[in-house]
Amino acid sequence: AARSSPADPPAPPRATGRCHQLFISWALLSSLPQMVGVVGLEIHAQIQSTSKLFSGSHVRFLAPPNSLVSHFDASLPGTLPVLNRRCVEAAVLTGLALNCTINRKSLFDRKHYFYADMPAGYQITQQRVPIAVNGMLVYSYFEGRRRNQVVTKSVKIKQIQLEQDSGKSLHDDERSQTLIDLNRAGVGLMELVMEPEMCCGEEAAAAVRELQLILQALGTCQANMAEGQLRVDANVSVHRPGEPLGVRTEVKNINSVRHLAKAIDYEIQRQMEVLQSAGKVLNETRAFDSKSGNTIPMRDKEGLQDYRFMPEPNLPPLFVYESEASVPAGVDPAQVVVIDRLSGQLPELPSVKRTRLVETYGILQEHSFTLVNEDGLIDYFENVVQTTKAEPRKVIGWVIKELMGNLNSQNLNVSQSPISPCALAELISLVESGHISSSTAKQVFQEMWKAPEKTVGQIVKEQDLWMINDKEELQKICKRIVDSHPEEVQIIRGGNKKVLNKLMGEVQRETKGRTDPVQIRAILEKMVS
Amino acid sequence: MLGLSIREVSQALRDGRVSATELCRKCINQIQRTRYLNAFITITEETAMEQAQRTDSRLRTGKGKKGIPFSVKDNFCMENIETPCASGMLKGYVPPFNATVVQKLLDQGAVLVGKTNLVEFAMGAGSTDGVFGPVRNPWSYTSLYREQSTEDPDSDWAITGGSSGGSAAAVASLSSFLALGSDTGGSTRNPGSLCGVVALKPTYGLLSRHGLIPLVNSMDVPGIMTRSVHDAATVLRILQGRDERDSTTVQAPSTPPRLPEHFDIRDICVGIPKEYHAPGLSKDTLAQWSRVADMFEQAGARVQEVSLPHTQHSIVCYHVLCCCEVASNMARFDGLEYGHCSKVDSSTDAMYATTRHEVFNSVVRRRILSGNYFLLKSNYERYFVKAQQMRRLIAEDFKNVFRTGIDVLLTPTTLSDAARYSDFIQEDNRTRSAQEDVFTQPVNMAGLPAVTVPTALSHRGLPIGLQLIGQTLQDWKLLTVAQWMEQKKSAFIRSKVQQNSKIWKYFY
Repeated sequence: AARSSPADPPAPPRATGRCHQLFISWALLSSLPQMVGVVGLEIHAQIQSTSKLFSGSHVRFLAPPNSLVSHFDASLPGTLPVLNRRCVEAAVLTGLALNCTINRKSLFDRKHYFYADMPAGYQITQQRVPIAVNGMLVYSYFEGRRRNQVVTKSVKIKQIQLEQDSGKSLHDDERSQTLIDLNRAGVGLMELVMEPEMCCGEEAAAAVRELQLILQALGTCQANMAEGQLRVDANVSVHRPGEPLGVRTEVKNINSVRHLAKAIDYEIQRQMEVLQSAGKVLNETRAFDSKSGNTIPMRDKEGLQDYRFMPEPNLPPLFVYESEASVPAGVDPAQVVVIDRLSGQLPELPSVKRTRLVETYGILQEHSFTLVNEDGLIDYFENVVQTTKAEPRKVIGWVIKELMGNLNSQNLNVSQSPISPCALAELISLVESGHISSSTAKQVFQEMWKAPEKTVGQIVKEQDLWMINDKEELQKICKRIVDSHPEEVQIIRGGNKKVLNKLMGEVQRETKGRTDPVQIRAILEKMVS
Repeated sequence: MLGLSIREVSQALRDGRVSATELCRKCINQIQRTRYLNAFITITEETAMEQAQRTDSRLRTGKGKKGIPFSVKDNFCMENIETPCASGMLKGYVPPFNATVVQKLLDQGAVLVGKTNLVEFAMGAGSTDGVFGPVRNPWSYTSLYREQSTEDPDSDWAITGGSSGGSAAAVASLSSFLALGSDTGGSTRNPGSLCGVVALKPTYGLLSRHGLIPLVNSMDVPGIMTRSVHDAATVLRILQGRDERDSTTVQAPSTPPRLPEHFDIRDICVGIPKEYHAPGLSKDTLAQWSRVADMFEQAGARVQEVSLPHTQHSIVCYHVLCCCEVASNMARFDGLEYGHCSKVDSSTDAMYATTRHEVFNSVVRRRILSGNYFLLKSNYERYFVKAQQMRRLIAEDFKNVFRTGIDVLLTPTTLSDAARYSDFIQEDNRTRSAQEDVFTQPVNMAGLPAVTVPTALSHRGLPIGLQLIGQTLQDWKLLTVAQWMEQKKSAFIRSKVQQNSKIWKYFY
């Protein structure tokens, strides 16, 4: 595009992650409706199980290479797959949590392609009839200048299918060889396919974040993107609403939720620019480069792939039963997957948890998100609430601002906090009872963080931070300030009450914040009137 | 001694008339004497003798199990025994585990004497084109056959059929009391019939396939080859049943300890499928088929012509499905984890391609190519799905017939007796498979049990077998009828076998 030409419409603004900013402003100038991004996700979630999907080898991250490989995993001829019931249960639980229909009968297929880390030359997957279909994921994100308006959306889950993970290839360019580790080969995966119903990186990121929380709550997947337990590929296209979907690209190599949002927004922007300059979007696979924040075409290895799908002949149809009563005679109910039994095991899901927190404690919705997002934070918060008389709404401020602020800046998780819920409760109680001021408390908090071995009382005493509540002493201090600031007093008396704040600040400084501002204001007002 | 049945030789072992070691030695000697048959890929002399000695010491304590010598087709995995599967691809490949069926025999104290020859990856009906060369039919060395031949025994000999030709030859030449084969489209019954032994293809899923190097997973069944129906039943009882390592296996129906000695054939209804009057059916075989049908009728069984209307389409559909699964199953042979690996390493893809090109024979390569073609997205509906639909119709044909009260079907096993090797190789593998499997593969398509029993000798002095087909999981009933047929028809064949073993010595 000849950007320099003044006749050209202005370049569209860079996507910043919020949908409403993804307009192309030049489109507004023309009569065409604006272009929008369309995003669908394909997510591979590694099933948290002790053994693999079709073999007895163990599943462990970072085990010595090729130490978790059974005869079947190495595709020795004559070995056969034996389905791991735990993996099926994980998929059913996930399906139930995502409001899916669980197929009572599902089938396994072979998907063929040659790749060094896939020893059989095919992957066993569920192409024709997957275990779960037609689900829905509800997710939320925040809008507005202060990012505190909750927007709740939903995306349809087309299907959840069980399939095998591949091994890992390690390319040694120096010696031009490839090393293969089959530890991961055959680990159970749930592939979740989301319909293309999202419009930007932020929506996709929020959906994935919610999915992570659900999977973690279920215990069906650890869902850590950096460790590859959750792998997200994004299908991205752009079009004008009402028109057919545009040509899509598949963006891979995304290893965090933040990168997911970036990659999608970059890709939407790139496609819009391509179309704007009368180019064509190619149906291709692109990799996200986290350094540049760009997506770049991946080397297309084989051109058009034909996976030559075929039913897996070594596995009978997978049957899942509604209830113990529907298990046919001759089949041991303990050996099969029963939906009723699993429904009963469903834990409190994140959305329910958030509603409960808002209703029980009267906290803001946005705070309920923070509580649920951080592993262990709800327990921490509830612990504090139970051990102090302070209002939960006051406690939440401490937990979110001070505690999380400190944890985040030092990259710690909740369980690593040097301040226990008890200690924080004690601190808050001192504020509540008027023994220390809230500004002092913040100081004390930082001291506690540095010296977790000391009690709150010790710190307050050592630094002489107790609140000055003695009326006479307060009068004396205020008198001193009023006397030493005649000009300000003059101005206040002239009608500018705002300057009173300055005097209050002086008092605070003098007392190192150990006074109650309400009391001080009352005394000062009286003195200057 | 070697000509005895399992039942007879078991008794001899129990009575102390022969020790397991002596018996094992006799079999090994017999294998050595008949090396010219090329029935064995590996002779496990050392381990066999050790095993036999252990069996003897246990027999002496009175608690021991039998020490029956047996052999196994080389597509069954055995721990620490090289299993090349008649292919250069698996040359030097030593599996780290035992196939379930083999393990079950070992657990019974049976003594493995060797791994038998086959065609590469069991693809073909001749046992002629494996890397270890063709297997010769022991019956080519009988006086009857030789009297009619003007040629040298090294140029005029009959094939064994296949693909389990080595196993059939091992049992027929008295090198083993039983042998395991595999049956995908007739690979146990076809050589069983051509070599004059009893060959059982059990119901699909009744025997575990764990450790069987697959040809067509949805049709493969371990096959049992013995010299009597009773023996086949004994072995079936040992091998059958659910195996947690093979998800397609089923619980075996309860079976009595032995086949009934006497049963009333008048309770049985025998169906004669008219579609099995196929073109190319030899005069001898046809005559034998009608003679045995008459025999059933005269004995009071109800004999009835039936129709299996989709039979004619079976062989084509069988080939489509077979090629598809072959293409898929063979994908694992890439030279990375085990087996042959090409020295070409310019890229991973180049290494795959040359590895596979260097060692797969043209039959294997052709099936892989066809299978991949049938499975292409644009062809899938036209070939694979159609063949599967036809497969269901074929299975329905059998069900419909059995629903009318038919107990077993009586058919020829092969079109004719064994072909001369020099004639057989005039046609390509594809054509031969289509001819040889014509009566056997519909049974695999439907997953039914079937057994071939030798009933006569052709005018060339070669065995003719007839096939009985039973209902799913009614293997026992099938064998009961087969035993009745055997008692009436093949006593003389067995006597021939025993005579032959003497004649073979002369030719060696």
